[in-house]
Formats: sequence, structure tokens, C-alpha cells
Amino acid sequence: MTQKTVLNDAHRRLGARMVDFGGWDMPLNYGSQIDEHHQVRRDAGMFDVSHMTVVDLSGERCRDFLRHLVANNVDRLKGDGRALYTCMLNADGGVIDDLIVYRRGDNDWRLVVNAATRDKDLAWIAEQAAAFDVVVMERPELAMIAVQGPNARDKAMSVLPESERAAIEALPRFAAHGFGDWFVARTGYTGEDGFEIVLPESEAEAFWQALLDAGVQPAGLGARDTLRLEAGMNLYGQDMDESTTPLEAALAWTVAWEPADRDFIGRAALQAQKAAGVPRRMVALVMDERGVLRHGQRVITDAGDGEILSGSFSPTIGKAIAFARVPAGAGDELKVDIRGRELPLRRVKAPFVRDGKACDGIVDA
Amino acid sequence: MNEIPGDLKFLKSHEWARVEDNGHVTVGISDHAQGLLGDLVFVELPEVGDDVEAGNGCAVVESVKAASDVYAPVSGTIVAVNEKLADSPETINDDAFGDGWIFVVEPSNAAELEELLSPEDYAAQIEDEEH
Repeated sequence: MTQKTVLNDAHRRLGARMVDFGGWDMPLNYGSQIDEHHQVRRDAGMFDVSHMTVVDLSGERCRDFLRHLVANNVDRLKGDGRALYTCMLNADGGVIDDLIVYRRGDNDWRLVVNAATRDKDLAWIAEQAAAFDVVVMERPELAMIAVQGPNARDKAMSVLPESERAAIEALPRFAAHGFGDWFVARTGYTGEDGFEIVLPESEAEAFWQALLDAGVQPAGLGARDTLRLEAGMNLYGQDMDESTTPLEAALAWTVAWEPADRDFIGRAALQAQKAAGVPRRMVALVMDERGVLRHGQRVITDAGDGEILSGSFSPTIGKAIAFARVPAGAGDELKVDIRGRELPLRRVKAPFVRDGKACDGIVDA
Repeated sequence: MNEIPGDLKFLKSHEWARVEDNGHVTVGISDHAQGLLGDLVFVELPEVGDDVEAGNGCAVVESVKAASDVYAPVSGTIVAVNEKLADSPETINDDAFGDGWIFVVEPSNAAELEELLSPEDYAAQIEDEEH
């Protein structure tokens, strides 16, 4: 049974091409995904991300629980309203999911996890939480709208409650402000400034319409994917899963090794892998030849074959870009096999695009 | 969705074919197909002079989402290709049945044209796919 967000009718009225996405009927685009991509890079666009799973945690030992549950360290969150990106690992160090943890109060935390991994995430979290007396509560009655782009904050601000604007205006990046069941976070998945706004389903349609009236254009999952890839952000299931560790997925920066006595799930396995040498790594690639890099294509290196993980055409750069997993010893001479032709790839440093512009060394060597 | 022009014939795989006055066959992909593919970003064209066989892939259209072979509706020789698509692949999105034509074949066996779908049959097929 396909699930629908509360904005499903709104998407259809806007002429969206709908697709099944992890069991959800979601907008792929509203016409042109490339136009929507540019709209977000240049002005402001919005995404219905209500399919994502919001999970609230409460209890006196929430912090201890999260110090154990995730690979990044929630002690890095120095105040309420702060957010942390992290992986949740199994005992083998494999990535169960990536998520954002929000600290809302000492005993009040929020997780936002992927829709496609909802069931296993909830089961895992509940299983681990039992020992900590932490109450795990999913919040399916909440919708979520991401407003992204250089003008996103200004345009969103004009339709947010006036009484809250000063607090929202003051938010630094990766911080959030809550009021009632609303929760406005200065986070995103596009490499642009903006907000991710959690709000009651009952108010979502009116807010979506208000954003439209304020000049924020709708954007679909197609644009969301090219925007996040340009921004150098991983996609769960494509760039990492339970068969990869964060060290093999360019997510070592999200693993907090200190303090050494913090016993997070997967720590021993990661340490063993690190000591033995990480066998594979994830690299960022640009292809100067015509064509599109796609998931599953074979990457040829001097140390054996690798494969394209997330790959797409980059509307900002006008060339194909990708992440690939390659053997750790691979040099910089990389090629991709596209329908039997071997085309050269250029290894670059992610992100590809930041704040509307291609980063140095991305468009040309 | 554009109206499907009545003078076209179709392959199940969404190519259209139009027989010109000189007997040559112009080939493109349908408006429905471009909609499924989404924004096109590259087109790999055959070369003029290439021999093609009905049902074989002889061009590739790539969108952000997917790469798709374009099959020859009839056998013959390529006599023209739409060079403009190299720089403006989005022409296919904008005008799939017109300016977005891909190549022209001089058919070697005109009887193969009889095998193609009529606009009505093609429209019915699309209808079926959507339900």
C-alpha cells in the first residue's frame, strides 16, 4: 500500500509527476527537474519531505542512550536547539542509517531518520532504548517542508508567525527553534541556506500555499537528488548501507573517537578496521567527457575495480559527477565503463558546489 | 501532453516514425517518452551512412534520470541526423514530435512500416501502462 503525505493533493494540483519512493507516492518533478534545481541554487525552492520519519526521545538518560546509539557524539551539542549529523551503526560498524539528532532539552531529543529505513530504524532504536528507560515516540502526525536557496530564509520568514521571527532570524546554521508542534531548523540537503520546517499535518497545506504565494517554487525528488549530490552529501542505500562502514563512505568526520571511553555501537569494529587498514574508500569524481555517471557503473583503477555509487548529471556544472567506492590503494588514474566504452574520470575533492557556485577545481582541472 | 500527430507510426518502445514525401523515414521519441525520461542532457547520434536494422538500438538519449536506447523502426541507411541535439538535447523535451527529431533513415524494406503501431494503438498502449 503506497503511502501519501498530507501534501499529496497539493502536488497533483501543481502538475507533479509522481513516483513511488520507498513506499511513498512522492513528486519527482513539477515539469523540469533541472529548472527546479536552478531555482533552488539561484532563489528559493521547497520540498515536501513529510515522508521522513520524526522520532522523539524522552527520559532522563536520553543523553547516555544517544552516546551509545550513534557514532557521532551528542556531547558536541552545547545547547538546546542544536543539531548533529551522524550515523547509527550495527555491531559490525555497518551503517543502519544516517540521521540528524536535535537536542531540544536535556531530556527531550528528536531524531529525523530516512523513510525507507523507518521500520528497521524504529525496531533498532526501541531495542537499544530499553536498557536506558528512554521513551521512543514516532511522530507520524507531523509534516515536514524544506525551504532551500539563497532567498529561502527571507521568503520563509515572511510567512512564519511574527512572534517567532526574531528567534528564527537569530538561528545559526545547524540550529533549530521550536514553538508548539512547530520546529524550524536551519538545516538542509542541498548545500544552500534555508530551513527544514516540521509542523502539524493539519497546518501543512496552508503553509505550503503561503510559501507558494511568497514566491517559493516547488521542487521534486529529482532536483533534491542532484542538489544533494552536488553538495557532496551521501544518500543512504546508495552511498552506504549495512555492508559499509562510515570510514568507507567518506563519513569518518562524523565518527567521534574522543573520548576514548565512549562505548558507541560499532566502535570496536571501526577501530579494528582502522587498525587493519580501511580496504575501500569513497571518492568524488567529475567526468569531462559527454555522458552521465550512474549507480552501478564499473570504475577501473590500477588497484582493481570499484563502482559508481551516486552518479548524475550536474546541472550547475554541466558535466556528470559521482561518488564511487574504490580499493584503498587506487591511484588518480580512474576510468568508468559506460556501455563498453572506457572514459576517463577526474578525481576531485567534495563538495562539487557550495552556495550556488561550483567549487575550485570542479569544472576544469 | 501533446496531441499525437496522426501521420506518425510508433514502436512499442516509444519511437515515432514519419514517412516523408521522398520515402525517407524521420525518427524521434514520443512526447510520452520524453516525459518519462525527464530533462534530457545528452543525445548520442548515429552517423550518416550507418546501416541500421529494424529493432536495433542506433541512438541513445540520456536524461538526468536514465539512459535509453532509441531503436530503429525500419532497416536502412541513416541519411540525416539532428546535429542541433548535441548542444540542445532539451529540444526533445520541448518538441518531441517536431524539432526534437533524432535521425532520418532511407528504408531498405518499406514493408516493415506495416509492422508499426498506429497513433490510436500507441495511445491505447500508453493508457494501459498508466493503469
